[in-house]
Amino acid sequence: MHAFGWARGADASARLPMRVMGPVAALTYGLIILMRSIIIQVMMTPTHAPLDFSRTLRKKRLVQPLRIGRRAAGIPASCLTAVLLLSAVSRAEEPAIEIKIRDHRFVPAEIEIPAGEKRLLIIENEDATVEEFESHSLHREKIIAPHAKASVYVGPLKPGRYEFQGEYNEPTAKGAIVAK
Amino acid sequence: MLNAALIVFRETLEAALIIGIVAAATRQIARNGLWITLGVAIGLAGAVAVASVAGQIGQWANGMGHEIFNASVLAIAVAMLAWHNIWMAGHGRRLADDARTIGSSATSGEVAISAVTIAIALTVLREGSETVLFFFGIFAGARVSVAALVQGSLLGLLAGAIVGVLIYRGLMRIPVRHFFAVTAWLLLLVAAGMAAQLAQLLIQADLLPPLVQPLWDTSGIVAPDSALGTLLHAMVGYEAQPSATEVAFAVVVLVSVWLATRYARRHVAKGA
Repeated sequence: MHAFGWARGADASARLPMRVMGPVAALTYGLIILMRSIIIQVMMTPTHAPLDFSRTLRKKRLVQPLRIGRRAAGIPASCLTAVLLLSAVSRAEEPAIEIKIRDHRFVPAEIEIPAGEKRLLIIENEDATVEEFESHSLHREKIIAPHAKASVYVGPLKPGRYEFQGEYNEPTAKGAIVAK
Repeated sequence: MLNAALIVFRETLEAALIIGIVAAATRQIARNGLWITLGVAIGLAGAVAVASVAGQIGQWANGMGHEIFNASVLAIAVAMLAWHNIWMAGHGRRLADDARTIGSSATSGEVAISAVTIAIALTVLREGSETVLFFFGIFAGARVSVAALVQGSLLGLLAGAIVGVLIYRGLMRIPVRHFFAVTAWLLLLVAAGMAAQLAQLLIQADLLPPLVQPLWDTSGIVAPDSALGTLLHAMVGYEAQPSATEVAFAVVVLVSVWLATRYARRHVAKGA
């Protein structure tokens, strides 16, 4: 599936983070500019007048670039972009860990990862029913459609045992990640 | 059956609470019930549509499609709630005066309520799509009797709706003097909680670093899987062990919207 132009390698663990970063940064930037123009428009609309976006559009507020310093909204936008770029640079790719959901059970049910490192879990749902990978201690929640794969990043974790469940089949779908 | 009820209840809770708060907050706007019902209807239709393509969404962006989709939905919902709060701060008093003097001509609030209609539709869509997926699963091949599961699900839905009605009734008892301040703050907290959830999704997709993880741990005070923890999570995005990134997102929304409403109250109210 090449939706949105994200390339998908033969191996799902071979990610191309920069291709995701670009659109996300652009989307955030666009949203902030949009919010700004909405706020300006809301301020200018009198109580009884219908909301008229043509006025702001005519002033080209939507296409006017943000100026840092003059435009307060530019600061969070640039901070966010910087954080996104930094996280892209600091990323170290490690082989993904594959887990299968079979008969409402996680296989394997226990996974060991090194403490202090980040790992990509690829969870494949072999069942005909939907499952939600959920863990309070790991801070993760992700829906997995029937016969579909889902990727979840975990860590960096302190040493310890982190339990996870399949929310829709809690009696059987149990597992844990052990950080050592 | 009780298991199904609990699952559906948990998924419904957040949407029900937000609808309850919004229904109360927009009480001075004409035909608010109609606008809210419209939001729920659009959201339900959207939920079915999203659930039916959930498999494909999951495949986007190397398996991070759900995170990016839900984060976008949350971002728009936060923007809509913020817009509503800012607009009401600027025009709320004028609206109330008009309603008192001209009677039922308070139709000008449509601008503000169309924003919350979108926010409701998106919340129902996000929470509802998971419930719909769960229903698909029931029919696809459940081991237990379908009838029991459907009954359980309906029971869960009903319980969620009751909580929504309870919060609405509770809010409506607040004296008018404090009413709009309380509902505005509640909506702002809801928006901040959504922003924190948005950050959590981007961390999960590895698009944002968690920074300090966890920034604090209150699981000893309010456990995340306790009744109060679940309720607070559904309402204001409570997390027992939030990362610094999530807290930062919530604080930025809280402070910026609060400043904008203050500005709107001073400048628009006088100018209009």
